[in-house]
Amino acid sequence: MQRASSRSEFVQGLLDIIPVIVAAFPIALLWGTLAAGKGLSTLEASLMSAAVFAGAAQFVAIELWSDPAPWLFLTVTVFIVNIRHVLMGASLARHMGDIPSGWRAPIMFLMADENWAFCERRVLKQPLTIGYYLGLGLPMITVWVSCTVIGALAGQLLGDPKAYGFDFAMAAMFIAILAGFWKGSRTAAVLGASAAVAAAAKITIGGAWFIVLGGLAGAGVAALLHAEKEEVPAT
Amino acid sequence: MTLHWATVLAIIGMGLATYLTRVSGLFLMRAVNVRGRFKAALDALPPAILMAVIAPTITAGWAEAIATVITATAAVVRLPLIVVLLTGLASILVLRYAFG
Repeated sequence: MQRASSRSEFVQGLLDIIPVIVAAFPIALLWGTLAAGKGLSTLEASLMSAAVFAGAAQFVAIELWSDPAPWLFLTVTVFIVNIRHVLMGASLARHMGDIPSGWRAPIMFLMADENWAFCERRVLKQPLTIGYYLGLGLPMITVWVSCTVIGALAGQLLGDPKAYGFDFAMAAMFIAILAGFWKGSRTAAVLGASAAVAAAAKITIGGAWFIVLGGLAGAGVAALLHAEKEEVPAT
Repeated sequence: MTLHWATVLAIIGMGLATYLTRVSGLFLMRAVNVRGRFKAALDALPPAILMAVIAPTITAGWAEAIATVITATAAVVRLPLIVVLLTGLASILVLRYAFG
């Protein structure tokens, strides 16, 4: 098979991630604005965006923020919100064969929901390259941090995000990505189980566990529906 | 430009906790042979997690539920991602106005 050049792989990643970056722009601006509202300095807000680089976790953290920062509580909460990364990373690790082994652990720092989803979709058709991975991830973190700075500086200028429908932007983006995973009625069962369990867990348990529980419910249904005849004989 | 010590601790703690979740998946799978039902479950994880993340949002009310159906329709007919996004934003704005 013809191996694509790193540069063209990087450009392909960049092109794929542009719509995500456009969507992330107001979200990062908003987060910066909220962080400033909670009393974080522009430096603190941008350092956090660079160190954490996880939208959902950062929004939850800023929601729970008080002064002085309850750092241990925040650390534990952010860990729970991000536990889904363990499952995502485990899935992605199966496709990193073409990426030099010394690079795998460092570049995992850039794994976020959106670029991970693009990687998972790409490996359905072709191997994952480090060029493509960085083409997705580097522009994302660059925009995420720089928009945090602008947002923190702009303060409350943006106003209520709901007025613009921005709070629905992440859902719309994930719906678009989900369409790429569609493989018929089994996918419907997986998504139905995940949605039902996650929505119920969000109401009953609260916190961030609904993401992990929904993901496990969907995976469980997939395991149950798996037809034995497709199984490769054990060696 | 100020840096409060508790804020610095929070940034370090949150950053380390997040990187730990990102990198641990690599080592988790190293010794495991993936096949059969386990493979089916792992393959289903990506869409299942994406769905779980947005489940509370898309079930929040009628406006959100209907906007989800409209957005999903745009996605299923393979419109470009940015068009699907704008469809979602436009429909949630109109529907919230209609239901509000």
